[in-house]
Amino acid sequence: MNKYWHVFQIGIQNTLVYRVNFLFRASFGLIPLMATIYLWRAIYASNPDQTGVAGYTLAGMTSYYLLSTVVDALTAVADDDWQIAEDIKDGNISQLLLKPMDYLAYRLSLFLAGRVVYTTAAVLPVAAMLLLQHSFFVLPPDGLTLAVFAASTLLTALLQFLISYTMALLAFWVLEVSTFIFILFAFEYIAGGHLFPLDILPPVLAQALNLTPFPYQLYFPVSVYLGRVTGAELWRGLAVQAAWVLVMFGVARLVWRRGIKHYSAVGG
Amino acid sequence: MNDASHSKFNRYARIYAALWRNSVVREMSFKANFLLWIFVELLWFGLQLSFIAVIYQHTDRIATWSKWQVVFLVGASQFIQQIFAALFLSNCTQLSEYVRTGRLDFLLLLPASTRFLVSFRQVDLGAFVNSVAGAAVMIYAGRQLQLHPTFGNLAGFLPLCAAGILIHYSLMFLLATVSFWTVRAQGIVWSYYNLFNLARLPDGAFRPGVFKAVFTFVLPMLLVANVPVKRLVELPAAPWEWPVLLILAATCFGVSEWAWRASVRHYTSASS
Repeated sequence: MNKYWHVFQIGIQNTLVYRVNFLFRASFGLIPLMATIYLWRAIYASNPDQTGVAGYTLAGMTSYYLLSTVVDALTAVADDDWQIAEDIKDGNISQLLLKPMDYLAYRLSLFLAGRVVYTTAAVLPVAAMLLLQHSFFVLPPDGLTLAVFAASTLLTALLQFLISYTMALLAFWVLEVSTFIFILFAFEYIAGGHLFPLDILPPVLAQALNLTPFPYQLYFPVSVYLGRVTGAELWRGLAVQAAWVLVMFGVARLVWRRGIKHYSAVGG
Repeated sequence: MNDASHSKFNRYARIYAALWRNSVVREMSFKANFLLWIFVELLWFGLQLSFIAVIYQHTDRIATWSKWQVVFLVGASQFIQQIFAALFLSNCTQLSEYVRTGRLDFLLLLPASTRFLVSFRQVDLGAFVNSVAGAAVMIYAGRQLQLHPTFGNLAGFLPLCAAGILIHYSLMFLLATVSFWTVRAQGIVWSYYNLFNLARLPDGAFRPGVFKAVFTFVLPMLLVANVPVKRLVELPAAPWEWPVLLILAATCFGVSEWAWRASVRHYTSASS
């Protein structure tokens, strides 16, 4: 455990180099966020006699986007997947294999370090944004909701990491993984709830999406916070999310084992 | 045109033709990758359209814009962006690499305008394919709106699109020259994508304020696609809009040229 703590610390130091870059990223990311909020405001203004969109008030809708920005800052994979693919392509992985370290745990430590630095850099612009929109920002209904939200956010981070990790391992087989990463990203973007809350979709579509892991990569923790998932459904959702983490962990291990075999066959 | 400028034009046209040939050869040597990238771009375009479809399940209008007018706008914005990407995007992002590795020395020594070479070096053919997708969506939305554009409408539309492309190029080039000072500039493309995305939103959604003013007059993303589209889809447009678009296109280009000259003067090569 101690060695991964060291990896984590090294990761912090390495990513600190990018702090200005992160600050830029977080600040520029607010532009489309503002634009989306304005767009919804215009929609609500065009339909004054309608009570809301699929049960969302304007404040609820605004909170949805603000919260997804927060959850995204805490959990999104920045360029860990590119680095993993690079490690494999360049053969850097050979020297890591010689060390008494598990590659997945090594990568997870670096991912968590990256998130800590990114979140710290993003605090300023995101906090400014929340202050600016505070009249449209709702608080969670109670303490239990907040606790479940925190747990669910942690599971989201693990799920994000494991899916990206597995995807990056494709580099064992194909030369250019970037297109695959972008295709996956596109699905996460729409089916994860980045573009809009999934429950404004026609119910059949929303239910179909719930059978995939994507909603658990962003949408689920956000709707927990907003109090849109309650009672038995809340615990069921959390269990399903945990199950997806375990499944993806198994898949990641399996793909890794196969990849290593393939790798040694090629690298000889 | 007098003789000297005529031969200069011919020379640059010949250089550009050679650069095109190189790009075609390069792209065709990675065919699978070429097709996959087209697919990725189409997927993202489809996402934007589905966002519009979902929103219009819950409303009939965004400000004065109807559903098919917004679809037309998204198509036009895609068209403008992809032509920009085909001609300029990868060249702009390469600039920081030239600076970092010192390969810019070699380009500075060539007997042709360095800005020309840097800007036009590669052509992204896949982006042309995707611009056709944007045009197809415009035509389909135009039919839904029962538009019958005259030759005059189109003659007004296309130059305004060209002004939009010039704005995208100038701003991206300006961002890329930042790499002369910071060297590491991977954030640039990502930042620009965030700006890009504003162009496909109907300007009517934004109430007058700081946000709207900045993205209309300083970084004119809300003009780039909105102004040409409003001429075609019969939405009321303020009379100042199209002249301002043209003036800002010229201004952005001027500023990027000024920054480029200042940057090259500042450049001291990588190795020495």
